Amino acid sequence: MGKADEGYGEWEELVAGALLGTERRGRGGGGPAGSPEALLDAAAVHTVRRRAGLLPAEAGPRPDPAPRDPRPAPPEAAGRRLAQLLAGRSGPVNGGGRRGTAPDLTELLPQWLAAAARHGYRSPASLVPALLDAARARTDLRPQALALAGTRGLWLARMNPDWRFALRGGSGGAGELPEVTDRVAVEQLWQEGLFAERVALLGAVRAHEAAAAPRLLMTTWAAERAEDRLMFLDSLRVGLSEGDEPFLEAALGDRSRNVRATAAELLSALPASALAGRMAERALACVGPEGVTPPAECDAGMLRDGVVKRPPAGRGERAWWLGQLVEAAPLSCWRERFGGLGPAEIVALPVAAGDGWTEELHAAWCRAAVRQRDAPWSRALLGPASAPPAAGPGTASLAERAKLLETLPHAERAEWVAEFIRAHGLSEAFQLLGVCAVPWAGALGRAVVDALDTARDAGSYPWSFSGVMGLAERCLDPAEASRLEALTTAAEDLPDGSPGAAAYWAEAFQRLVSTLRLRAAMLAELAPA
Amino acid sequence: MTDQGDRWTAEQVLDLAPDDASRKAGGRLGGAGPWLQIGGSASGSVWGLCKGSGSKPYRTVVDLTGPAYKCSCPSRKFPCKHALGLLLLWSAEGFGEPAEAPEWAAQWLADLAAKAARPSGGRAAPADEEGARKRAERRAARVGAGVTELEQRLADLLRGGLAGQEQAGYAGWEETAARMVDAQAPGLAARVRELGTIPSCGPGWPARMLEEAGLLHLLDRAWLGVAGLPDELAATVRSRVGLPASGEGEAVRDRWLVLAQYDTVSPDGRLTTRRIWLRGLAGGRPALVLDFGPPGRPPGLALPVGLVLEAEMRFRPGSAGLRADLGERFAAAVPCTEVPDGVSAGAALEAYGTALRQDPWLESWPVVLGPVVPIPGELGWQLADAEGTSALPVPLTGGGGRSRGGLWQLAALSGGGPVTVFGECGHRGFTPLTAWQPDSNEPVALT
Repeated sequence: MGKADEGYGEWEELVAGALLGTERRGRGGGGPAGSPEALLDAAAVHTVRRRAGLLPAEAGPRPDPAPRDPRPAPPEAAGRRLAQLLAGRSGPVNGGGRRGTAPDLTELLPQWLAAAARHGYRSPASLVPALLDAARARTDLRPQALALAGTRGLWLARMNPDWRFALRGGSGGAGELPEVTDRVAVEQLWQEGLFAERVALLGAVRAHEAAAAPRLLMTTWAAERAEDRLMFLDSLRVGLSEGDEPFLEAALGDRSRNVRATAAELLSALPASALAGRMAERALACVGPEGVTPPAECDAGMLRDGVVKRPPAGRGERAWWLGQLVEAAPLSCWRERFGGLGPAEIVALPVAAGDGWTEELHAAWCRAAVRQRDAPWSRALLGPASAPPAAGPGTASLAERAKLLETLPHAERAEWVAEFIRAHGLSEAFQLLGVCAVPWAGALGRAVVDALDTARDAGSYPWSFSGVMGLAERCLDPAEASRLEALTTAAEDLPDGSPGAAAYWAEAFQRLVSTLRLRAAMLAELAPA
Repeated sequence: MTDQGDRWTAEQVLDLAPDDASRKAGGRLGGAGPWLQIGGSASGSVWGLCKGSGSKPYRTVVDLTGPAYKCSCPSRKFPCKHALGLLLLWSAEGFGEPAEAPEWAAQWLADLAAKAARPSGGRAAPADEEGARKRAERRAARVGAGVTELEQRLADLLRGGLAGQEQAGYAGWEETAARMVDAQAPGLAARVRELGTIPSCGPGWPARMLEEAGLLHLLDRAWLGVAGLPDELAATVRSRVGLPASGEGEAVRDRWLVLAQYDTVSPDGRLTTRRIWLRGLAGGRPALVLDFGPPGRPPGLALPVGLVLEAEMRFRPGSAGLRADLGERFAAAVPCTEVPDGVSAGAALEAYGTALRQDPWLESWPVVLGPVVPIPGELGWQLADAEGTSALPVPLTGGGGRSRGGLWQLAALSGGGPVTVFGECGHRGFTPLTAWQPDSNEPVALT
C-alpha cells in the first residue's frame, strides 16, 4: 500500500529510535534524547495519520482473461447439489462403523459428473476450485471433473501449483480449440499447447480427417518425450482405423519398448493390417485341426512385431510366444483353418486337448476377442451363463469374463449377468455387474434385488453383501425405489438366522431406497429447464 | 411466504448450520424421502414430520421471520439437522399453497408470536441508582489503575528498546494481559496479548509493534482523559477498553442486506465469535452484529448471506457507529435481487480513513468494492480497479486466519474479468468475504 509521503522519513526514524530504546539513544546513540512517552505519542500520531492517509497501490499485471466456455451452466438446483456433493466428498460422516440409512454422497459424485457431461454443462465458476481439489484427491474422478471445469479450470490451474496436474492429465479439459481447417492455428497450438490441449486437438483433427492426425503427429514425433509418445499413441485407440496403419507400422521401430508394444497392440486390433496378417500367418502355422505346435523360437520378425521374448516367472517360453501370436492374430483367420466352423464350434473342438495347450489357446482367444471387440467370439468363449464358471469354454476368471462381456451389446450383457446371478447367486457377480450399463436394465435389477432378498431369507447379515449393495445404490434404476419399499419394513428375526439381522436388512434396504430417491432427484435437477 | 419468489437458496439454508456435520446431515434430509405432512403458512413458517430411527416421527417447525426453530428431536444443536433438511426441501421444491399449521406446530408458533408481542422495553428500572453509580465508580477506578500500570509497562518497553523483544518471549505480555483482566479491562487485555505476538510475526515486526504500542498508549491516554472527550469518542474509548455499552443506542429501521457472516475461534478454542455484516438498503448504513458461542456450541444467531430483513437495528454508541444489535423484525427475510453498487480502491481507503476519525483504533471498514479484477500472485494478491491502475493488496492471512480457498473461489468467479466484492478494508489491505458473479445476482460467500 502507498505511504503518506510527508511522514515517511520521520516514521523510519521513530522505528529506529524505538528499536534502540530511548535510554541508549539519549546516551549518544545519535539523535535527541526524548522520553518514552513522547516517542509513544509521536508513534500514535503517525500511525493514525498513516492509516487515514493510505493510498491505493499500483496494480500489477492483470491475468489474461479466461477463454470463454460456450457450454451452459447447469440449472441452479443441480449446481447446489454439486456443491453439496463436493463438500461431502471427504467421506461418510459416521465413518467406519455401520452406515445407517443415509445415502453415501461420495459415491454419487461420479454419477453427477457423468450426467452433467451427457448434458454438456460447464461447472458453475464458484465450484471450479472445489472440483480441481476433488480431481487432485481422486484420480478416478479426474477426467470428468476436469472436463466439467473446462477452460476456467485450466485457466485457474495455470496460477496454482497445487493444480498443475490438470495441465498435463487427461483429455477433454482442454481450452478453446481452433477450427481444424485453420492450418496455422492448428500448427501453432500443436507446437505450443499444453499436453491436454494437444491431445484434444489431435482428437478434433482426427474426427475431421483421419489421415491428418498422423501427419500432425509426424511433424514433432522425433522430439516428443517417450511418455508423451505413448500417450499420443494411446489416444489413437478411440476411432482407430486403417488410415493409422502406416504411422503405427513405423512406430514398431520406435526406440521405446512401451511405444513399440502399444503400436503392435493397436495394429493387431486392425484385422486387415499387415502386422495382423503376419501374426495370422505365424499363428496358423502353430494351431490347426490336427493340433497345436507352439513356435520353437522367437525370431527377429516376431520381435519387431511386438512379441516379448522373455516370459514372466513361472511361464514356459513356447507357451508364452504361442499366447502372444494367437492373441495378435485376427480371429477371422480361424474359420478357414477349421474348415468353415463358427466360433462356438471351434471353441468346443478338442484341439490340442492331448497336448495340454487348450488352456493357453483359449486364454489367448479371450484376449484376442477383447482386443478386437469381437462379440461372436466373446459369446462363444463365455458360454451359457447358467453353466458353472469352471465348466465354461473360455475362462473361469471373473475378471476376464467381465472383459469379454464388455464386447457384447448392453442388453445382452445385462441378460447374461442376470442369468448368471439367478444360477449362482451374488457372491461372484460383483465384477460382472461392474461392466453393465447404468442404470441396470429391468431384468438385471430384479435379479439383484431378488438375490438380496434371498440372502436375507437365508439369515445372513447384510454386510456380507455390502459390495453389491453399494453397487445397487449407484446402479439400480431409480424407478425401482417404489418396488423396494416393501422390503424396508423390519421383519422378525428368523429362528435360525443371525441375531438382529432382520433389522439390519431393513436398514440396508431403507438406505438403498433413499439413495435411489436421491439419485432420481439429482438426475431430474440436471435436466435442462 | 411459500411462493416461489421468496424462497431461500440452499446456500442460505446451509449457512444457518451450526457446524459441518449438521450441514451434511441436513443435506441428506433435504429430499422428500423422510418427510410427511410438510407445509407452510402465509405468515412465514414451515413445518413437517421427519421419519427418524424411532417409531415416532420428529416434529419440526421453523419460523422464517426469526429464524427460530423447534424440533422434537433430542439434538442440542440449533438449528438441528431436521430443521435444515426441512428448509432445504422447502428451498428446492416449495410447499405449494399456504396452509394452516397442524396443531402440534400451531401451538409453538402461537407461543412464539405471544412472546414477540410482549413489550421489549420491560427491563427493570434501576432500582438502586445510587448503588449502580458506586459500582461504576469502583470499576472505573480499577480500570484506571490498570491503565496506569500499562502505561508504565509501555514506557519501560520503549526505554529499553524493542530490539530485545524477539528474545524476551511472550510470557511477560501474557502476565500484563492477565493484570488487565484483573483490572476489568478485557479490551486492553486483548490488545496486550496481540502486542506480545508481534515479535514472532516475521520481517517488519518492529514497525508493527511500534504502531500497536502507540495505539495502546493512545487508548490509555484517552481513558485517563475520558471525562473531557466528546460523548461519541468517550463511548468509543470505553468500548475499546472493554466496558459494556452504557445506555440505549440509536434505533434504525431499514431493510438490512446480509453481506457476510463468518466465525472465528479464540486462540484457546473456547469462544466462537460470529461476525455478521449488514447494510441498510435505504439508508446505506453499515452494521456489524456480533454473536458468541461457548465451547462446543455455535453462536445462536445466523443470518444467511444475501437475505434482506426488514428490522430495527439498535446501534451501540461509539466505535464509528458500526456495532449494532438486531432489534424487532417486521417480516420474514427474503433474498436480495440486486448486486450492491461498489466503489473504487481509492474510495474504499478513503472510507476507512474517514471512519478512523471517529475511532482511531478501527482495524478495517466494511466496503463493497467493484468492479475490480482479482490478481493472484505468489507473493500476494491484489484487487485492481477494472479501469485505471489502482489496486488494494489482499492480506493472505489475518481476518481471523481465513484460508486462501476463498481467494481461489474469487479468482474462479472472475475468470480474469471484473467482479463486485464485499469485504473488510483496512490498513493491512482488503479481505474479501462475499462476491457476486458477473452474470448473476446471487452472492457467493467466499469460504
